[in-house]
Amino acid sequence: MAEPMIADHIVEYPGGYTRSIGPAISRYLTGLRDGRILGVKSKTAGVLVPPVEYDPNTSEEIGGSDDDWVEVGPAGTVESFTWVRRPRAEKQPFSQPFAFALIKPDGADTAMLHAVVVSSPDDLSIGMRVMPHWKVARSGSVRDIEAWVPLPSGVTPPAAPPRTVNADGEGAVTGLIQPIKLHYTISAGVATTRYLDGMAQGKIAGGRAPGSTEVYAASRGTDPKTGEPTSIDVDIADTGCITTFCVVNIPGLSALAPPVPFVSAHVLLDGADNTIMALIRGCEAHEVRMGMRVKAKWAEKLTRTHHSLEWFEPTGEPDAPYDDYKDNL
Amino acid sequence: MAGLVREAAVEALADANMTWDDIDAVVVGKAPDMFEGIAMPELYLADALGAVGKPMMRVHTAGSVGGSTAIVATKLVTSGVHERVLTVAFEKQSESNATWGLSVSQPFNAALASGAGGYFAPIIRSYIERSGAPRNTGHIVAVKDRKNALRNPRAHLHIPDISLEMVEASPLLWDPIRYLDTCPSSDGAMALVIGSEAVADASKGPVAWVHGMAMRSEPTMFAHRDAVNPIAGRECAKDLYAQAGISDPRKDFDAAEVYVPFSWYEPMWLENLGFCAEGDGWKLTQEGVTAADGDIPWNPSGGVLSSNPIGASGMIRFGEAAQQVRGRGGDYQVELKTGRALGHAYGGGSQFFSMWVVGSQKPQN
Repeated sequence: MAEPMIADHIVEYPGGYTRSIGPAISRYLTGLRDGRILGVKSKTAGVLVPPVEYDPNTSEEIGGSDDDWVEVGPAGTVESFTWVRRPRAEKQPFSQPFAFALIKPDGADTAMLHAVVVSSPDDLSIGMRVMPHWKVARSGSVRDIEAWVPLPSGVTPPAAPPRTVNADGEGAVTGLIQPIKLHYTISAGVATTRYLDGMAQGKIAGGRAPGSTEVYAASRGTDPKTGEPTSIDVDIADTGCITTFCVVNIPGLSALAPPVPFVSAHVLLDGADNTIMALIRGCEAHEVRMGMRVKAKWAEKLTRTHHSLEWFEPTGEPDAPYDDYKDNL
Repeated sequence: MAGLVREAAVEALADANMTWDDIDAVVVGKAPDMFEGIAMPELYLADALGAVGKPMMRVHTAGSVGGSTAIVATKLVTSGVHERVLTVAFEKQSESNATWGLSVSQPFNAALASGAGGYFAPIIRSYIERSGAPRNTGHIVAVKDRKNALRNPRAHLHIPDISLEMVEASPLLWDPIRYLDTCPSSDGAMALVIGSEAVADASKGPVAWVHGMAMRSEPTMFAHRDAVNPIAGRECAKDLYAQAGISDPRKDFDAAEVYVPFSWYEPMWLENLGFCAEGDGWKLTQEGVTAADGDIPWNPSGGVLSSNPIGASGMIRFGEAAQQVRGRGGDYQVELKTGRALGHAYGGGSQFFSMWVVGSQKPQN
């Protein structure tokens, strides 16, 4: 058998997650959009930046009134840093080397994580003074601060522009869209690789554990009842019967789904003791029945993927009697 | 998310006459992180839930998680580890789309992912075939639970003119499941305060006594699996009833709050939970036995069909059962005869079950 197969797997909610951000983060992001950094006062931990809704020591609600809020910075002090020598493309804020740093804005009691841009790590030190370099087009994001840059002594950072939110809070940032992309490398594993090898030959691979007579079509590698490896290979017939099914009328549920209505069925293959889920085509959705005999429709060009088995379609044989599949419902 | 769990926790503490300082530990639960795209949200909820400096943990068993979380929290008390535990379950489904979250296909996997309905609809078809249940059985449940919801101001779905005709006219999403046979997608949180026997004895307000609790699981797929009437659910109920001294659930409970996300799951779980013989669940539904004025009301709160913040839904069942035996059911309070109620949750491909029995009186055993 060949080596297990590897594939990229990207999980990404289309359009990004929508966040309703709550009152504290709303003030913070609105402030950033207006070119200022806001902190919240707490009884036990001083001025917190970025702000939170609850006192970190007592869990008391904070930030409920305007008086609880204070503008900090814009200058700040580097409390700690790490130099990023080789930034990874598209994953980090800059393509040239930079530093991630904990920066305590003047007037705050906590440090915020952000980026500092200098030409070499030799230009960085704990305690150095920095100021934010604002983007011109700001949206209400921590990345409205492009980066922090060294503040030469004697220089005063520019003042913040006028606020854009009126006294009623109109114009405040209240939500955001957060694109999240998870990139995995998936290994098929031994059992699935064997199944895919079968696909390349137009066969449905299965297996059973040595101590059992029960045969699993498309085995996941173990007998689920005992946990024993299904180490005995068994080729399964590509014919069987539909035990049960549903007609899906919702379009666009997944990239694999055909146009609606389509039939998603449990198929009990001849010689197998478990059902597999499969698409049924080759007849109208309303013609599909429990017990209907079906056979695999193989792709013209077989590949080492599940696309080789396109769907199941009716054979035209008489339906299987209920007793033949009643124990697989 | 922090504000959502906070609101539920604050209300539960007030109801229990407690403050954050009274709580020894916090147990949270929610369904997959993919619903909100926030990995391990429990990491940032400690301050919102008064958990700073205290043990905090998160439980995850898919849709049953609200029930499992309540059980884990309760066991921290019955084991003698803690006196008072705050437990909160939640979901904020508005941040993405649960059907998408449940339909992500993995490479190499040929399974045609078509949402939770695509998974459960064929099993419902099997039930209909096996039991001979009339086609309108699910619709009766869909109407009954929405009518119950009208008496519950916290239910998310209020459909004042709900009727069989309306359900039958709603789109057939996953035949045999119609749109109004399905649960909504909600944001919500449920919080409970679990106290020791001494804490309960000292309570000024009414408490719900835990008479039994059980959890079971089984694989989603194995040879000759009974997906309609899963053995894990039957075994879980058997264990639970033995602990609580329940011999006839239909007579021994005053109410049941059972996880019914698709209307047909009421008759199916009536059988799985032993309220009747196998194959007879639909008869109870058809006869109105489970209605608010029937002899064993199921989901008087409106159930999952009326509110479904997935991770919270199981704990809502557990909490609503507790509210009934506390006499706090408000406009949907059932008549208390035995003073006992069932809370139930299931999750995944009917592979996790969690249940408890609560009573208005302290258990005798």
